[in-house]
Amino acid sequence: MVMTPVTDIQAPSKMSAHGVNVFYGEKQAISDVSIAVDLNDVTALIGPSGCGKSTFLRTLNRMNDTVAGARVEGHITLDGEDIYGPAMDVVQLRARVGMVFQKPNPFPKTIYENIAYGPRIHGLAHNKADLDEIVEKALRRAGLWEEVKDRLHESGTALSGGQQQRLCIGRAIAVEPEVILMDEPCSALDPIATARIEELILDLRGNYAIVIVTHNMQQAARVSQRTAFFHLGQLVEHGPTAEIFTNPREERTRDYITGRYG
Amino acid sequence: MTITATQLNPGRRTIAPTAWRDDTMRRRIARRYAAERRFKLLGLAAVLLSAGFLAFLLITMIGNGARGFTRTEIALPIDFQHSVIMIDPATLQSPAAQQALANANLPAVIDTAANTAFGEGGARMISPGAQIAVRKAILADPTVLNGTATITVPASEGIDVAAKGHGDAANEAAVNRLKQAGALSTGFNLRFLTASDGTDPTLVGIWGALKGSLITMGITLALSFPIGVLAALYLEEYAPRNRWTDLVEVSINNLAAVPSIIFGLLGLAIFLNLMHLPRSAPLVGGMTLALMTMPVIVIAGRNAIKAVPPSIRNAALGIGASPVQVVFHHVLPLALPGILTGTIIGMARALGETAPLLMIGMRAFVASPPGGITDPASVLPVQIFLWSDEVGRGFIEKTSAAIIVLLLFLLTMNSLAIYLRNKFEKKW
Repeated sequence: MVMTPVTDIQAPSKMSAHGVNVFYGEKQAISDVSIAVDLNDVTALIGPSGCGKSTFLRTLNRMNDTVAGARVEGHITLDGEDIYGPAMDVVQLRARVGMVFQKPNPFPKTIYENIAYGPRIHGLAHNKADLDEIVEKALRRAGLWEEVKDRLHESGTALSGGQQQRLCIGRAIAVEPEVILMDEPCSALDPIATARIEELILDLRGNYAIVIVTHNMQQAARVSQRTAFFHLGQLVEHGPTAEIFTNPREERTRDYITGRYG
Repeated sequence: MTITATQLNPGRRTIAPTAWRDDTMRRRIARRYAAERRFKLLGLAAVLLSAGFLAFLLITMIGNGARGFTRTEIALPIDFQHSVIMIDPATLQSPAAQQALANANLPAVIDTAANTAFGEGGARMISPGAQIAVRKAILADPTVLNGTATITVPASEGIDVAAKGHGDAANEAAVNRLKQAGALSTGFNLRFLTASDGTDPTLVGIWGALKGSLITMGITLALSFPIGVLAALYLEEYAPRNRWTDLVEVSINNLAAVPSIIFGLLGLAIFLNLMHLPRSAPLVGGMTLALMTMPVIVIAGRNAIKAVPPSIRNAALGIGASPVQVVFHHVLPLALPGILTGTIIGMARALGETAPLLMIGMRAFVASPPGGITDPASVLPVQIFLWSDEVGRGFIEKTSAAIIVLLLFLLTMNSLAIYLRNKFEKKW
C-alpha cells in the first residue's frame, strides 16, 4: 500500500497525524493512519459506513476523550505541537479546532446566544459592542445574517434544518478556530440546504483548514481539494481530489468510487 | 400478463385469500370493539372512584374544618365600677399597662360578671381566653372602667361545640338561653391563625406548628436540594462507570424506599445521641427529613440529566466549553424542570411526614412558636396527630382545620414549584 508520508509535504502542515491507532476497548477502529491537513485546503474523508472516518475526525479535536474506553495512539500535531501531549489544554484545543456535527445541534437558546456563547466563555469580547460585532461577523461568514438579523433574539431551534446547520457553523467560526471539522454536515438536510452549505464551505476555504467527512462522493468532488479514502479502519489512499476521482492508484478506491461497493 | 404469487414462488403452496368480510372476521372485530369499550369504562370508573374519594375528603374536611376557623362569642356585660378589679387607671397609659392588667384579677371579674349576667354556672360559658378580649377593650378605651360595658368574649368549649350543633343537653340549654338573651354571635377565630398549641380548644392555634413546618421545610430544602442535585450531576457527568458507582446507585435507589421511621431512628442516633443537637428542634427535623428527601431528588435528577440530549453536550464541548461549563451552562438548565418535579415529590412527602419526627422528639407539647432553628417546635402533621388524640369535641374541629392549613401549605408549595418548573422549561 502506498501512502504519502508526512515528510513529503513541503509547507509545514496545519495539522498532521502520524501512525494513529484508535481503540474502543478491545476493538481497533483505526489502524496506522498518517495524513496531513493544510491551511487553505478542504480535505474530504470518504469511505463506506463504519470505516472509521468519523472516528478519525473526532481524534483531531479529542472529542473521543468523552467516549468511555476510547484510546488513541500515535502523534497528532497542531502547528507542530502534540495535541495529546501534556502541554496541550483540551478545552483550548477544541476552540482552535472547531467542530460541526452531523445533526444540527443548536443550543435551545436565542440565535444571538448560540453565537455569543463561545466567545463569551473564551473571553474574546470585552464588552457588549464587541460581542455584537463578533456575532454579526460570524453570522455573515456563515451566510445567515441576512435571514436572521431581525430576529436575533428568537430561539435558534425555531430555524429550519439548513439554517440551524449554518447557525452551528457560525457558532464554530465565532471562536476564531484555525481548523474546522465537519462530520457529515449535510446528511440531515435537503438538496437546497445542502447546496447552501457547500457554497459556504467554498467561501470559508482559505481562512481555515477544513476537514469534512461525507458519504456523498459528488459532494467530496465538489468541495474538496484533497480526498482521503478510508476502508476498514485504514487510510487506503489520499491525494488531490481530482487524482483520487479520476485516477486512483488503489483497486479498492476505484471500486468504491465507481460504486462497486460501499 | 399478470404474475401471481405462485409463479414468483413456485415451491410455495397457494394460500386462500383472507376473507375480510365473513362472520368470523366480523365477530373478531366486534370482540375488539367490546374490549376497547370495557377498558375505557374501567379507566373511567377508576378516575371517578378516586375523584369521589377526593371529593369526600374535601367535603368532610371543609365541613368540619370551617367550624374550626370560627368561634362562638358571647356579649358579656361587665360592671367594672362595682367589680373586684384591682387597677389604677393611670397605669394604663404607661408601658407597664400589660403587667398591671395581668395583675388586675380579671378572671375573677369576668367570672362574677358572667354569673351575674347568665345566672349560676355562667362562668363556665366563658372561655379562659375572655380576659384577652377584656384587656384589649380596657386598653382601647380606659373609660369603660367607670361604668358598665358590654364586651364580646369567646365562649367556652362546651358552649362553642353546642352552638355548632354537637353539644350535650346542659350546654344546649345554655346556648338556647344565651340565644334568647341575644348575647350569642359567631366570629372569625383569628387566634387559630396566630396562636400555638394549648390545653383549651378555644385558645389553641396553628401558627406555632405552621412556623415549625416552614422552618423545617426550609432546612430540608436547603440541605437536600443542593446535595441531591450535586450528587446527581456528579454521578451522571463525572463518575466513572465501575463497581463502586453501581453500588452507590443501588444504595441510593434503596434509600428512597426505606420506611421513614427508620430515617427517624437514624436522626435520633446521629443528630441527637452523637452530635448532641437540641431535641425537638426544626434543625434536627429538617436534617432528618433531608436524609429522606435527598435520594428522591438524586433519582429524579439523574433521570432528568440523562434525558438531556448528548448532542447538546457535544455542541458545547465542540466549541471548547470545559466539562464544568457544559454542566452548569447547558445540562443543568435543561434538566432543571425534571429535577424540580422530583423535588416537589420529595418535599411533599417530607411535609406530610410524622413518624421520623416523633423519633427525634418533635411530638412535644410546644405552646409558643419557635423563634429559631434550635427552639423546640412542632410541625403541622404532628400537630394534627396530637390534636386527633384529644378527646374533646372542640379538638375535632381544630384537627380538621389544621388539615386544611396543611393542605393549603402543600398546595402553595407545589404551585410555587410548578410555576418555577414552567418558567425554566425550554421550548425546543
